[in-house]
Amino acid sequence: MSIIVNGVDVPLPADPRVSLLDHLRETLHLTGTKKGCNQGACGACTVLAGGERILSCLALAVQYAGQEITTIEGIGTATKFHPLQQAFVEHDGFQCGYCTPGQICSAVAMIAEARAGIPSHVSDDLLAESFELSHDELRERMSGNLCRCGAHNGIIAAIQSACADQAQESNPVAAETAA
Amino acid sequence: MTPFSYSRADNAADAIRLGVDAGAKFLGGGTNLVDLMRETIERPSALIDVTGLDDGIVDTDGGGLKIGAAVRNSALAADRRVRSRFPLLTRAIVAGASAQIRNMATVGGNLLQRTRCSYFYDDAGSACNKRTPGQGCDARHGFHRYHAILGASPQCVATHPSDMAVAMAALDAVVHLEGPDGARSVALTDLHRLPGERPDIETQLKHGELITAIELPPLSLAGNSTYRKVRDRASYAFALISVAAALEVKDGRITDVRLALGGVAHKPWRAVKAEAALMGQPASEASFLAAADTELSDAVPLPLNAFKVELARRTMAAVLGKLTQTSERRA
Repeated sequence: MSIIVNGVDVPLPADPRVSLLDHLRETLHLTGTKKGCNQGACGACTVLAGGERILSCLALAVQYAGQEITTIEGIGTATKFHPLQQAFVEHDGFQCGYCTPGQICSAVAMIAEARAGIPSHVSDDLLAESFELSHDELRERMSGNLCRCGAHNGIIAAIQSACADQAQESNPVAAETAA
Repeated sequence: MTPFSYSRADNAADAIRLGVDAGAKFLGGGTNLVDLMRETIERPSALIDVTGLDDGIVDTDGGGLKIGAAVRNSALAADRRVRSRFPLLTRAIVAGASAQIRNMATVGGNLLQRTRCSYFYDDAGSACNKRTPGQGCDARHGFHRYHAILGASPQCVATHPSDMAVAMAALDAVVHLEGPDGARSVALTDLHRLPGERPDIETQLKHGELITAIELPPLSLAGNSTYRKVRDRASYAFALISVAAALEVKDGRITDVRLALGGVAHKPWRAVKAEAALMGQPASEASFLAAADTELSDAVPLPLNAFKVELARRTMAAVLGKLTQTSERRA
């Protein structure tokens, strides 16, 4: 059985104990995805599975057989930034950078969730068709990604800025990744 | 992690056949079980992945819903029927964990997640009757801010960590099970046990029994319902206490009510005494506080969580007050 990582078919580990996180980093050498707490508390290991954000540290790689995984390497490169990556640079959305790949993977999916009309804990109207990403909505929706440097204000500003830029253009941030 | 075999079940019969193995455990999203395995608190010899089983949400007669056990938490919260008919359930789910975890976790797995008592997790340094029966309980004289005030025993003061299950307890949810001896259904409020002498036995599931679906019976007053969670930080934290409630008020009097508490007991706590005290009473803060006092008269707090009695009391009154306003607006 195989797994599709950033569009490439790769084998699964023989040992089912291997987490998706360790498989990405140690076998596939995709070290953009970070191991923070390794127990589901920090979000540094966030990747996309079928476009949805998940924690790769709590995922056994074998559980994701046949599924499409997107890591930060599949979202942008050093020479071609994703708009969110550019916004993180411009708004000081990081200091040490360790949580950043997880923050950006998370934000990509988060924007898609809000556009799809998925409510959050702070949404007043559960039946709204879509949700505007206000400061409070962003803080709540991104609360699964911790930044121990304390760059959260910059992170929120970066995501708001990227959303505003994309709203003005025709192609939304969320569609950028799929392209 | 202790070595284990992994297999993926295609259907419930397949899962049950594979699950009879003495060391087998069913695997949902893995958000709790994988962590516990890494800590060697759980040491299954075989994992049967049941995420490929029923993940549909279907309408039942009269406006109820039957939720496949493999439905992801996020999918259940986002379902528009849940949002309109059972808003307290969406509110409870989105108050729990993080978006990433809700995307992974299944509904069946959420019900069967284990306590986050830090002494339960610390097998190298702490005594825990839940982890190792007869060993003692370090939480009782330790850090027990998050621990039980209702239904605990000298052996265990742990709480059930689920938010979703508290809303389901208020909704009279029914849990459908299938096992080697056939199928049966239990009320969600009977699924989990109080700790008593055996805190290691947490549910009435028999070995090899699988949760296949959760059914929410029709409940029109659930249209006026909510879930309020009080915690140490604004998001991504377990409940100190939580309140799930649905209320119907006519001409200023309470005509129907459902009330459940989270963060207070070894199981989702249906507040039956408070419900009985509220029926027919004026929808006033005095009634709400009196009913809360009735429910909490059984509370046995510990030194570091005594504040939760008053917190639960005030939060019940606040939630019922809010639902009184929205009930009047609906009428």
